[in-house]
Amino acid sequence: MAIIVERKRLSFWERTYLPQIFSGLYITIKNFFSPKVTLEYPDQRPVLPVGYRGAPVLVSDSNGRNKCVSCQLCEFVCPSKAIKVTPSAIPEDSEYAFIEKGPSEFQIDMSRCIFCGYCQEACPEQAIVMSTEFSINAYSRAGLLRKKNDLYKSGGVVPDRIMKWQKVKENSQKGK
Amino acid sequence: METQKVKVNINGVDYMVEAGLNILEACKSVGVEIPFFCYHPSLKVAGSCRMCLIQMGTPARDRATGEPVLDENGVQKIAWMPKPVIACGTNVSEGMHIITDNEMVKDCRRGVLEFLLLNHPLDCPICDKAGECKLQEYTHVYGQEQSRYVEDKNVKRKKRPLGSKIMVDAERCIQCSRCIRFCKEYIGRSIMGFTKRGSKVEIGFYDDADNESNYLLNIVDGCPVGALTEKEFRFKMRTWFLKTSESICGESSAGVNTRVWSREGKIYRITPRQNALVNDMFMSDTGRYTFKKYEQNRLEQAKIDSTPCETEYAILRACDIANIGDIAIVANAWQTVEEMYLLKDLSKTCNIEVFMASHVAEDDNKLVSADRTPNMRGALTTGLVDEYPTATVEKLVQKVRNGEVKTIICFGEDLLEIGFDAKDLKNVNIVYCGTVENETSKQAKICIPLKTEFEKDGMWINRQFRLQRFVKAVDAPSGAVSDICLISEVLKKIGNQNFTTPSVNDIRVLMSQKIPMFAGCEKIGSMGMLLDGSNFANIDFPEEDAINFKKCK
Repeated sequence: MAIIVERKRLSFWERTYLPQIFSGLYITIKNFFSPKVTLEYPDQRPVLPVGYRGAPVLVSDSNGRNKCVSCQLCEFVCPSKAIKVTPSAIPEDSEYAFIEKGPSEFQIDMSRCIFCGYCQEACPEQAIVMSTEFSINAYSRAGLLRKKNDLYKSGGVVPDRIMKWQKVKENSQKGK
Repeated sequence: METQKVKVNINGVDYMVEAGLNILEACKSVGVEIPFFCYHPSLKVAGSCRMCLIQMGTPARDRATGEPVLDENGVQKIAWMPKPVIACGTNVSEGMHIITDNEMVKDCRRGVLEFLLLNHPLDCPICDKAGECKLQEYTHVYGQEQSRYVEDKNVKRKKRPLGSKIMVDAERCIQCSRCIRFCKEYIGRSIMGFTKRGSKVEIGFYDDADNESNYLLNIVDGCPVGALTEKEFRFKMRTWFLKTSESICGESSAGVNTRVWSREGKIYRITPRQNALVNDMFMSDTGRYTFKKYEQNRLEQAKIDSTPCETEYAILRACDIANIGDIAIVANAWQTVEEMYLLKDLSKTCNIEVFMASHVAEDDNKLVSADRTPNMRGALTTGLVDEYPTATVEKLVQKVRNGEVKTIICFGEDLLEIGFDAKDLKNVNIVYCGTVENETSKQAKICIPLKTEFEKDGMWINRQFRLQRFVKAVDAPSGAVSDICLISEVLKKIGNQNFTTPSVNDIRVLMSQKIPMFAGCEKIGSMGMLLDGSNFANIDFPEEDAINFKKCK
């Protein structure tokens, strides 16, 4: 059964199309004079907003201590199973042997990461943070696997307000 | 015998519970949870943690006359205790009223947890107990969100080894004394104890004393916090990643119920599973590491004359050799009851004699019995052997030397250890089917890799004649076949039979129908099923009296 759709009858000016043509031209011409919004990308870099979630990286505190203690909460919370942590004991001769535990390997598969930021949220040591790196590329899949040392290198130093482990150490020396 | 019941009122609801239970167990039996740290069903009551505080009252009676005191409605009044009592140290009595969820009880729990957490380090990210820590769990449920403590925490000794297997962290300890009581009551000597007083109390032990015991790791399971951690499992994997499956310990015929913890096909640890009729809540330390023997020397690939090949092809070639005749089978008592039943079928159909060797060592009168095989009674009940085997298979050795046996199908045993000389093995074709490489597998004509007890389902019969099942925990290497699959193939080929390879459950159903003793064996629960072993009363078993086991004379 055919359905007859009633069309609205166009007015005179609508039938001439002229108002639509001019209003369209107005938008185009307006943009000739407004400031530019595009970037010459690789040469010019965008200003990223606060809280931007780029590639996750590992950070050190202002004493240069690698902050991850390999609690594996990031691995657990990661919805795309991008993180793989191999926990191990910190060697006895290390300055940080009193922290007992640290990762012997920490791997993030950037081909799996979905930049959700859950790892940063779950981390009890604030050791994994979302950087502002957004252009992630490599020539092979293996190149997208980021290892512990690379992650610490790209994370750098992030000053820590609390310095929990330093306090633990100071307190333990006071107690003796 | 009917157990005596008493009526108690828990949170306003009347329940009938067993008389003589403490309030904690009574509440647990009707599904009311009371949190606790120091109480352990298998140990004496210490009442030191105060976490199980509840409000309790008994029907009021007049002191002078002993007459019930009634209220205006004629109902007996309840004489409430003025202060909360500990549920673990108070037994239920007729008409008792218990409240576990009012403000006062909640306040008690919050207070106890706050005290416990005052000096507890913020170690959760590096603590192996996290995820199965009672303190963590109860703090989430009953604790308060914020700490009010601003002083410095007490400093105690951390990372101190106890014996060769345990790491002690005194800061995490909440002084529940479970480990002290376990050593005293179960191991039979004091290994640990408390030193100092008040908030400085520290769990301690003598560094130079004999701190070794084959049951010491049970204190790690018992520890409600991370004060005691197992060195072998330390920092290996967080518990929440591990998948558990119910298993049975293959260390000895004690048949300890266990739980296998694995992740991504790798077993990380084995812990005991509660079965009050077998092992209570404990297991031996050596039993915890039975999975390690498969980590090295694993036979993963079928081999013909030491050349790797497909498993199917190796089985075909094995059948070809077997078809020549003069075969004998050497079975082992690590095979499951189902496999033994099928093996018995094979030996009956094709008229092949089956030999077995016993593996006897010292009995510790606890949970490691003299018979170091888990399923020798399975071999007896399925009729695979008629009497308890000896340590060597002398009869088979003689037959090989006389040339009566030309092919041996050997299941997992090392023939050199059960009576054969190296030159005997040269005169006989060996088809070795097993899980690990040994001297026999090196000389075998054909090697067929089999699945370990962690990679298949099955049932074992322990020293009490208790039939217990275990389930698969991890996947087998791609080349390995199950014993059932292998025996069925051989049965098809050399017995000229035609049937579909049965599943484990098919065999259980079949056994349940064919052997009266196994009736109902396809639906046994996690507690197992006690079989009637009176037919075997005349056999002299090597096991000695132990917990939950009496040697029948």
